[in-house]
This record gives sequence, C-alpha cells and structure tokens, in this order.
Amino acid sequence: MTTLVHTGILTARQLRAFLRVPAYLIMNLIQPVIWLLLFGQLFVSIVDIPGFTGGSSYLVFLTPGIVMMMALFGSSWAGTSYIQDMDRGVMDRFLTSPTSRTGLILATMLYQAVLTVIQTLVVLGVAWLAGARFGGGFVGILILLLSAVLLTFVFAAFSNAIALLAKQQTALIAISQILSFPLMFLSSAIMDTTLSPAWVGDVARYNPFEWAVDAGRGALQSSPDWATIWANLGLLAALVVVMTWLATRAFRVYQRSV
Amino acid sequence: MTHASPSLAIDARDLVKTYPGGRGKPRIRALDGLSFGAESGTIFGLLGPNGAGKSTSVKILSTLSRADSGFGSIAGIDVAKNPDRVRRVLGFVAQKPVSDPMDTGRENLVLAGRLQGMSGRSARARAIELLGRFSLTDAADRQVKTYSGGMARKLDVAIGLMHHPQVLFLDEPTTGLDPEARAEMWIELEAMARHEQMTVLLTTHYLEEADRLASKLAIVDHGRVIVTGSPDELKDAMHGDAVILELGADTSVDAARSAIGNTLSEVVVEFRTIRGRAAVGAVALPRVLGALDEAGLSVASATVARPSLDDVFLKHTGHSFGSGPSTSSGTGTTTKETSK
Repeated sequence: MTTLVHTGILTARQLRAFLRVPAYLIMNLIQPVIWLLLFGQLFVSIVDIPGFTGGSSYLVFLTPGIVMMMALFGSSWAGTSYIQDMDRGVMDRFLTSPTSRTGLILATMLYQAVLTVIQTLVVLGVAWLAGARFGGGFVGILILLLSAVLLTFVFAAFSNAIALLAKQQTALIAISQILSFPLMFLSSAIMDTTLSPAWVGDVARYNPFEWAVDAGRGALQSSPDWATIWANLGLLAALVVVMTWLATRAFRVYQRSV
Repeated sequence: MTHASPSLAIDARDLVKTYPGGRGKPRIRALDGLSFGAESGTIFGLLGPNGAGKSTSVKILSTLSRADSGFGSIAGIDVAKNPDRVRRVLGFVAQKPVSDPMDTGRENLVLAGRLQGMSGRSARARAIELLGRFSLTDAADRQVKTYSGGMARKLDVAIGLMHHPQVLFLDEPTTGLDPEARAEMWIELEAMARHEQMTVLLTTHYLEEADRLASKLAIVDHGRVIVTGSPDELKDAMHGDAVILELGADTSVDAARSAIGNTLSEVVVEFRTIRGRAAVGAVALPRVLGALDEAGLSVASATVARPSLDDVFLKHTGHSFGSGPSTSSGTGTTTKETSK
C-alpha cells in the first residue's frame, strides 16, 4: 500500500516537472515525426527488394519500429532524474525517510511509460496522416502500446540502476550511445532481418528491443500470430521483473557508497 | 551488546568509518572512534573544520550510511538494526539543498509529508503552517528554482520539519548564505527550537553559529571529538585573553618568539602569526610590542580578544580553526597598529 501511494505521488512529481517545461513536450512530439517521415522517405523503395517479407508499404512496416525506437531512446535516459536528485540532497533525503525504494524505481518507470504512450499515439497519428493503414484495429494498437510500455519499463529500470551505480550523467550518455544504437540496428525496426546477413537475425532473436518490435508489428496485422506475440510479451514481462529487482538492489549499493 | 541510553535523543559511541583512498592508497579514516550524546530537547552542535567528520557522522546517524564499527541510536532506536524505525522519527536537512527545484515550495512540503506517511489533508495543513512560520507564504506557489539562497534554505528546514520529527539533522544549514541571510536563518532556527519539541543535531564550521544556537557542543577534528561542553563552559575553561600578533614580512619568527619570552603563555606559531594568552590582554600587549620594538622587529597587526571558541579549538587541537569568517568573534578590544 505504501509502495503504491509513494509510486503515485512520485510519478506525479515527475509529470509536473515535465509539463512545466513545454520545450520537453514539443521535443517529444517533434522527434518521432522527424524519424518517421525521414526514414520513411529515405528507405521507401525497400519494399521493392525481392524477398522483403514486411508487406507492401514501408511506412506501415516502419511505424512500429519507430514507436519502439522512441521508447528505447526515451527510457534509456530515465536515470537522469536520479542523477539530478543525487547532485542535490534530494536523494539523500528520500533515503533517510521511509520512502519506498521500489516506489522510487516504479515512479520513474511509470513516468517514462506515460511519455511512451503519448509519443506512440503521435507516431500512429502521423503515420495515419501520411497514408499508413493498419489492419490490427483497436486491439492491435493496445497491444502495440503494451509492447512499447514493457520495453520502456525494461530500459527505464536499467537506466535507473546505472544511474545509482555510476552516479554520473556521462554513464547514461554512454549506455544510450553504446547500447541503444546497436540494439536498434540488430533488429527488424527499420529493415526486414530476412534480408540482412543471417547472424543479424540470430542476434535479434535475443534482443529485447526486437521482441517489442516483433510483438508490436505483429499486433498491427489484420490476422496476427498471437502465439508469437504473447511469447514476445512474456519474455519482455519477465525481463521487466528482473530489471526492476536489479534496480531496487542498486539502491543498496548506492547507500553503501555514500 | 550495546544498549541505547534512554535519556539521550542522539547517542554515538566509538563510530569508525573508513573510505577507499584510491588505487594503492590506504583507506581514509573519516571517523576515528567518534562519540557524543545529545540530550532530548536540546540543540547539540558538532563543530569542526571541513573534513573533520561531521557530515560522515550525520550520514551514519541518519541511516544513510553504515559505520564500520561502533554504535549509534536515535530516540533510543539502534540506527544499524532498525533503520526503518529511525527514518520515521528523524528529519534530515542535508548539506546540499533537499528541495526539488522544479516543484513549488508547497508541493515540496506536501510531497515530503506524504512520503513520511501523512495524509494529504494533514500534509497540506502542516505545509501552510510552516510556510507561514518561515515567511514563505508569498512564494509558496512559485517553483523553488526562482527562490533566493536564503529562501531555499528555509524551505529545506521546513521540509525536514514536516512530520514533527523527534530528531532533526541540520547539516551546515547556513553554508553558502550571505551574512544577512545567515543572520535571518539563525533567528528562524531559534524560533524553531522554541516551537518544536525536538532534538537538533547541528553541524557547522562557523564558530559563531555554534556559539549562538547550540546549548552543547562537541568539537570535532580528524574524526574524533576533542572536547564537549556548553559554549560558555568551553570558553570559561580558557584562562585570560588571547593576544594575536601578525609579524611584518621581514621579521624572523624565531627572533620574535624569543623577544616575547614568557610575557605570553600557551604560545602557538602558525606561519607569521603568533598567538598567546595573558591574564589581562590590555596589560600584556604594550609589553609585548615594546619588547618586539626594542629587538627591532616589525609587527603588521596586533589583536587582543576575549576567549572565543576559536581559542578553545586552538587549545585542544594545536592548530587554529582556519575556516569560517569568525576568527575574531570575541567581544574584546581590538587594536590595530598598522593595517596589512
């Protein structure tokens, strides 16, 4: 109960800060549009390559990829708010009070999830305006959102753990550069992996980012392969549990280091 | 098996804490058997220069960090064994600001209260009370990033007070404030001590602050408590006035030392400054200056001061306090022959 209350009021705190800086909101809305439209134009003829299995519209193929990309890039910065709290005495104050450690972790995860949902809806809206049509309907969009949120949880918790262990913003820059980009390129987000060298497809099978792309893209089809989708969602959910636990453990390491 | 002493709101015994000293270097001993006890309802001051171990003590006693060895208790609760219970009875104002700059003052207070388990209604009521008490009502709904340093620090203290803590930790509450804001903060803290039924652990490197606010002091140096007592007791234990001479640039310190002879007692030399004591400073000073003049030694400045905490510190540690603006906080006569 305490954990729930603390999660709620700490999430509200982050949302307040977000809403107070309109530039954040605008950046968050513009970024997905740029990615979607520029990539969509640049690679428009990919669908004509013989052997492309992702349908007849690259925009339709790309949209779930961009959704997950925004979720991944956004959530890998989640630890930033911890760094700010540590630079001030805010984190120390939380840790010397009965504030729920799990609540602290869950709040940043939920806050990132809210941003992910907003961005996903924007991407879908822009894709629709640009002519993309999805056969999955309302249920497909809900499953796409669920995949994006689970992906966000995984990387937000991971980012929190890194922030607590490294205590420096540069560490977050490093993971977002060293981890996010390879994860994105070793997936079917922007390119059908059946056209890539076989090893890319092999690696992608163990890539949580690919699980989310695959689940989201599958759900938007008119006749989804539910077994694959649920398998991917199950893997993501399991990883969420592991990452959340790791991030909570990271508090102990942080406290030992102060 | 160590037990908390029931009359002590804060009980620290033989605390030891070491930190890694970096590759190939020995560990740094931040606390080296630090002990003190603060009685319920008092403001207890931990006074010492930067790096003496004050903040480390606060971190251990507030459950943020753990001691390598030793015992600590807050309101009779063992900080190592029951950190969760300790966290409900303490308020914590860190050396760094504890407010969220993106939230308003009111939001900061309500959040702190709710995290301490207060209901939304009682947190809002308490926030209004504290905003009024610290003269922040007009700024209550402005983001903290627009506050002046003094206002933000008052809000920090208010955040620590939200849940009526039994023990409040104030780690360097006025460091970084300009003198005017510092003086205002002292007035606020004195009023706070009257209003709230609680024990305060104040750490400071300002002698004047400890002198004014604390009813009892522990002077800390190199991770140990050097001496404990009320500010007056500590000063009364010093006999006579301090005489401080700053020598001219070309004056030999050794020659000056021997010219002074035994006109002054407890003589300590630091760089070009000679400090000593005399039963009556005003009588001793002309003699000292005469002797130096006779020996052809120049003096840049000479000061006589009533005993201050600086002298207490010097007497017990063998070096002067060194930091803080309060080196001449005594109320005695000051004579300056030539300015530097």
